[in-house]
Amino acid sequence: MTKPVVSLDQVTIRFAGDSGDGMQLTGDRFTMDTASLGNDLSTLPNYPAEIRAPQGTIPGVSSFQLHFADHHVQTPGDAPDVLVAMNPAALKANIKEVRRGATIIVDKDEFTTRNLSKVGYETNPLEDGSLDSYKVHAVGLTSLTVAALSELSLTRKEAERSKNMFALGLLTWMYHRPTESTENFLKAKFGKKPEILAANLLAYKTGWNYGETTEDFAVSYEIAKAHMPAGKYRNISGNTAMAYGLIAASQRSGLKLFLGSYPITPASDILHELSKHKKFGVITFQAEDEIAAVGSALGASYGGALGITTTSGPGVALKSEMIGLGVMLELPLIIIDVQRGGPSTGLPTKTEQSDLLQAMYGRNGESPVAVLAPSHASDCFDIALEAARIATTYRVPVFIMSDGYIANGSEPWKIPSVDSLPDLHVEFAKTQENFMPYLRDPKTLARPWAIPGTKGIEHRIGGLEKADKTGAISYEPANHDLMVRARAAKVAGIEVPDLIVDDPTGDADVLILGWGSTFGPIASAIEALRESGEKVAQAHLRYINPFPKNLGAILEKYPKVLVPEMNLGQLAMLLRNQFLKDVIPCNQVRGLPFTTQELIDSTMAVLHA
Amino acid sequence: MPDLALTKKDFTSDQEVKWCPGCGDYSILSTMQSFLPELGVPRENIVFVSGIGCSSRFPYYLETFGMHSIHGRAPTIATGLAISRPDLTVFVITGDGDSLSIGGNHLIHSLRRNIELKILLFNNRIYGLTKGQYSPTSEQGKVTKSTPLGSLDTPFNPISLAIGAEATFVARTVDSDRKHFTEVLRAATAHKGSALIEIFQNCPIFNDGAFDIVKDGDTKGAALLQMVHGQAIKSETHGLVHDGASLKVVELGSVSESDLVIHDAHNADPSYAFALSRLSSSELSHVPVGIFRDVQRDGYGSMVNNQVADIIAAQGAGDLNSLLTSGDTWDVQ
Repeated sequence: MTKPVVSLDQVTIRFAGDSGDGMQLTGDRFTMDTASLGNDLSTLPNYPAEIRAPQGTIPGVSSFQLHFADHHVQTPGDAPDVLVAMNPAALKANIKEVRRGATIIVDKDEFTTRNLSKVGYETNPLEDGSLDSYKVHAVGLTSLTVAALSELSLTRKEAERSKNMFALGLLTWMYHRPTESTENFLKAKFGKKPEILAANLLAYKTGWNYGETTEDFAVSYEIAKAHMPAGKYRNISGNTAMAYGLIAASQRSGLKLFLGSYPITPASDILHELSKHKKFGVITFQAEDEIAAVGSALGASYGGALGITTTSGPGVALKSEMIGLGVMLELPLIIIDVQRGGPSTGLPTKTEQSDLLQAMYGRNGESPVAVLAPSHASDCFDIALEAARIATTYRVPVFIMSDGYIANGSEPWKIPSVDSLPDLHVEFAKTQENFMPYLRDPKTLARPWAIPGTKGIEHRIGGLEKADKTGAISYEPANHDLMVRARAAKVAGIEVPDLIVDDPTGDADVLILGWGSTFGPIASAIEALRESGEKVAQAHLRYINPFPKNLGAILEKYPKVLVPEMNLGQLAMLLRNQFLKDVIPCNQVRGLPFTTQELIDSTMAVLHA
Repeated sequence: MPDLALTKKDFTSDQEVKWCPGCGDYSILSTMQSFLPELGVPRENIVFVSGIGCSSRFPYYLETFGMHSIHGRAPTIATGLAISRPDLTVFVITGDGDSLSIGGNHLIHSLRRNIELKILLFNNRIYGLTKGQYSPTSEQGKVTKSTPLGSLDTPFNPISLAIGAEATFVARTVDSDRKHFTEVLRAATAHKGSALIEIFQNCPIFNDGAFDIVKDGDTKGAALLQMVHGQAIKSETHGLVHDGASLKVVELGSVSESDLVIHDAHNADPSYAFALSRLSSSELSHVPVGIFRDVQRDGYGSMVNNQVADIIAAQGAGDLNSLLTSGDTWDVQ
């Protein structure tokens, strides 16, 4: 008997379970199989800061949401169409975000009295009618997995661990995903542990067969390929794209890549990724602390390398003084801040955009730096190249403001040809008479990059104020005034592309202006608003210091400018300060990206105020 | 080494030296400027990196590359530089406040990693540039502006600290003894990994005479226990003997010459060098000077660069296009 196949244009699935249930891996695999099928997609991993929070509790729930479609996808989806809940905690933690009529697949074996009471269910939601408005599939994921693996010499506990693969197999069948890539992945991952490999493959296959054969699942679904520009694609997360962008910058500049880093969530994956690629001449140095991490990067820059440090908000706070030294020494330095919820330790695994003012102003003295922000996961690749261009051309620290959402989220990426990447070649100062380390280039206002090993230009630099041109220590009042203004003028004069406004009719009633990772949610809201007949424009800032030169004119043109940010109005503050424009802030700090719906609601409120 | 025909003058910058008259830093600078020609390294390949404090002005006065950085962090900058530029000779200039207080973490980690840095720790047992507060090496009870009733802190012993941090080269010298300092510098620069040299340095303004006992002609002969590899450790009046697992200072003549400890700077067991380091008390009655420890361990920078070279030799240099197109990819027509 063949089961009917229903065509859908898009689906949002959320995998949720205990933090030890392997939900991130399950989500990752489903994502890879979906990407290679040609759907467009966007993902949102969401997990607790604890490695293993108490089992079966709400704080221990880890989830992975994936939105895929036959058309361009901007966000990981507001509400899941399908929730896979591996235990009562996962159900309880996620059910309020699941729309009525959605499909819920639960592991009924986990719905024991004990597990239910652990999360405060007085009655079993699978039996008390509370889920009547959903399509519930109560599947014995654990018992079916254990039964399927009974032939293998595994303990029950070991066998149970493969239940995520059973769930993945089932979903793979439901949505007609190919199985080869996950099978190959498992073979590579568990190649040295044949029993574990066999268990995972068998559970995966059994889950797939379960969908195919049982009456519980009457239909399966197809989502056609999305129309995308021709080319070679891969799926990529923001952190991986950032690491690749830095390697590309090193290759295109001919500069040795030196990463000084101290492990911190959610930035550590950039360190991990770069550490794999030493054959590109990459040096990764796991320092003793955040200060040593940026110090070593600055030391490497002084020696003529592309010095980079990666961190998150608390790490930036520790690095502030060294970044100030970078400003004073006028050396290239790239600081990547993968922002997370703050203040203090805050929400280590949740996203936020609340370090913008820290990046702009978090140093003593007048200490301008360049500030860039990638708009989506694969944009991290391009922004890394841009940061390298600006840092090496203008000899200045450059912040890249990524965040947990785009760092861990992933999307399909059209792989660029290496020849299309910018040429980042730089010139060091050459041997010369009467060398002046602070003689500025008239166009860029950059000082020479004068590296040790160059005969005849031996000189001393430091954190003390320097005399114009000669770089000798100077406490002269007029000289300090001149140098402070010169450093500011240099950063203000950094060439950045004009801001592009997406305004099809040219007379939109409101401009939504965002920065960083809010790009997708805003674009998604704009799409929906236009479908309902609203005239709305979108512009998105990748360059925050300096702002694009045409930003002032754009702000002037639109009577209403809505500025959504995952903070309490930091970009809004900068815009008001620089342009005296009373922009309308739109803020949330829940540790999650904006939903499309809340941006639609906020915009409608502004439009119809 | 090639004779580059450089002289002390070639290593003297045009900057006016701005230490207080009588500061021990002058003789340290002068000894360094005299020593550098002998090192045989071109000026452009020498970098002095310093932190903050009186001693950290040192790089300005040398005609080499130099960086006067921020408080306590010189080892971090020097680490990035030394790892990424193994062709350079990198010195770190620091003081007791800079390296043992605000920068303590970086000092111990650069020593344990064995980064190719020559760290000169000017120990004057006081904060000079901030005008006279007690430092991590000040003796307990020290009366200063910030401790009018006497300091309560137990001081660090920099040599013990360095040995505890797995340092491979640890030495002590005295600012005014140019010959001894030069010998120590010679050994430190010949050493492959990190070298820490503690230099007793007099601050004539805020802690004058702190080291008189090891500098005055009348007393230094007795106080300074000379450590020379392969020779008995002794001062003019005292010698060292084994005392169980420890070492003990005895009057010469009270034991036979053959009972004196023969110095072994290359002893792999750090407890020997540690025991030597414990002989110096705050009162400086018996102070070992010379090289406590000089053992071979691969330098961190060379290991880092070998890892890169080895993987390139085994797999070839990375190809960017292959990297970008690695993993699961698909084609859209």
